[in-house]
Amino acid sequence: MRRGGGSPVRNAFIVAVVAAIAAGGIAALLINIFQRKAEGRNPFYRVVEINENTEDPAVWGKNFPAEYDGYKRTVDMVRTRYGGSEAEERTPTAADPRSIVARSRLEQDPRLKTMWAGYAFAVDFREERGHAYMLDDQTFTERQLVTSQPGACLHCHASIVVPYRKLGDGDLTRGFDRMNAMSYADARKLVTHPIACIDCHNPQTMELRVTRPGFMEGIRALKASQGIQNYDVNKDATRQEMRSYVCGQCHVEYYFKGKEKRLVYPWAKGIKIEEIQAYYDEIQQKDWIHADTGAPVLKAQHPEFEMWSQGIHARSGVACADCHMPYMREGALKISDHHVQSPLLNINRACQTCHKFSEDELRQRVEIIQDRTFKLRNQAMDALVDLIEDLKHAQTIGQNEVRLESARRYQRLAQFRLDFVEAENSNGFHAPQEAARILGESIDFSRKGQIVLRDGTKGRN
Amino acid sequence: MLAGLAVGVAVGTGLYTFTYAHGGSYLTNDPHACANCHVMREQYDGWVRSTHHATATCNDCHTPHDPIGKMTTKARNGFWHSLHFTLGDFPDPIQIKPHNRAIVEKNCRSCHGPIVAMMTAGHPSSDPSCIRCHGSVGHP
Repeated sequence: MRRGGGSPVRNAFIVAVVAAIAAGGIAALLINIFQRKAEGRNPFYRVVEINENTEDPAVWGKNFPAEYDGYKRTVDMVRTRYGGSEAEERTPTAADPRSIVARSRLEQDPRLKTMWAGYAFAVDFREERGHAYMLDDQTFTERQLVTSQPGACLHCHASIVVPYRKLGDGDLTRGFDRMNAMSYADARKLVTHPIACIDCHNPQTMELRVTRPGFMEGIRALKASQGIQNYDVNKDATRQEMRSYVCGQCHVEYYFKGKEKRLVYPWAKGIKIEEIQAYYDEIQQKDWIHADTGAPVLKAQHPEFEMWSQGIHARSGVACADCHMPYMREGALKISDHHVQSPLLNINRACQTCHKFSEDELRQRVEIIQDRTFKLRNQAMDALVDLIEDLKHAQTIGQNEVRLESARRYQRLAQFRLDFVEAENSNGFHAPQEAARILGESIDFSRKGQIVLRDGTKGRN
Repeated sequence: MLAGLAVGVAVGTGLYTFTYAHGGSYLTNDPHACANCHVMREQYDGWVRSTHHATATCNDCHTPHDPIGKMTTKARNGFWHSLHFTLGDFPDPIQIKPHNRAIVEKNCRSCHGPIVAMMTAGHPSSDPSCIRCHGSVGHP
């Protein structure tokens, strides 16, 4: 048996090793403190000049490397329970060079094809991917092959400030007017990048700004409906409002007005579903005629801004950026995370700043809301498919036209409401009760439409 | 010889780092010290505007009130903060650990003992958490 302690040389060696490790650790701490202090002194280095013609985000990235790093990470494809996207391999073709796409939503839920029968979305509709893909996924979707889309789409699918100004001889709105009416293929040649720094930031001051004429006009109409005349978003909005408005420039419901395909946000009567519906009814807007039933129907498009505005977070003054681009620490600097993504992938920063509960608890709270919304959405989808089947049948047996028209009207109401929640990218979370109310109305309208078609029941509207 | 040298290097860099990082400030009651390293800037800013600003400093809530317990807690937290801030493996916004949460709860009662006693009278086994509901009195 050996005695404890060992030889003096051995003990000295152990002391030396421990002291060396301690010295190494202390040196690491020292360097770390030194770096933080240096960062704290110089929060910003201007390396290059940036102006209104600097479109390439890589150039802005030289001055703002931390923000640019996050921005580039929007290429990540990650799923949450109900959102995000999963990569699917495909063989590139000459027409579509993408080797990776997101999974088809139409294959996951074939009822969508019934809802959109006769419309391009019934051909190709996939999980939404990050900002980095907005231009490619719009350029190469099969929807382009079955319909002629206008240049107006690029208002939100590309970095548009510089192209609009060039096309409008220096005037943003004139460029907007001219590009709206162009064919998608012609307009596509004028743009290069997906959304970039210049689309949300003033290049001189880095202040947030709205650059989309569609939103400037839409929010002016909305404010006018609330009694505020001549609202100029870039002059009248607070900084915190701008942290939602820059996102609301694109994450909204819209339509193309008239032959010139002018992009319009339908908010002149208000931003709630029935106010948007009333606006569309008044101008007799229809996105297409449903192939199976002949109903003049509407397609809702990602109305995140509208849905969020009805929820508790909006009421509490929480902006889009607070959860989707939360503040983060990069060394000693505090920046907004420019990796725009689902808060569920960043619960610590996105939620726990305000909500002092564990990540697991917070995830469950969100998923409970989403599970309930999804269940109700499925019931609304079944109800709509039932109505469409009944309408098809009623047409073949020569049901009287008054009842058919009434049922088509119900289809229009039910379908727009269902799609409003379906196309909205939070699966109910942005405004849980509002989403449930809208889906409840959708189910009601679908079933009322079926009742109208039953013999012996009076058609009403 | 080698051991002496190694110990000397460790002590030397240690002392230099202590001075450079304003180590002395951590022995005081000054709340500025807690925001030395940027990570607690938001908590500090929140405390400045909080209801407890006039009556309690960081240490009044976050360290035990006896001198030995206070210094042990400071040493213990100081070590873990140094380690994790250097490695960068910590949640941010930061989160309190159970041990430190227990210290805070105890300190609530050291000032507000009488009212807590009235609340728990007749329920001797209950031990309600103060900060579950009053979590923002010191800072959000």
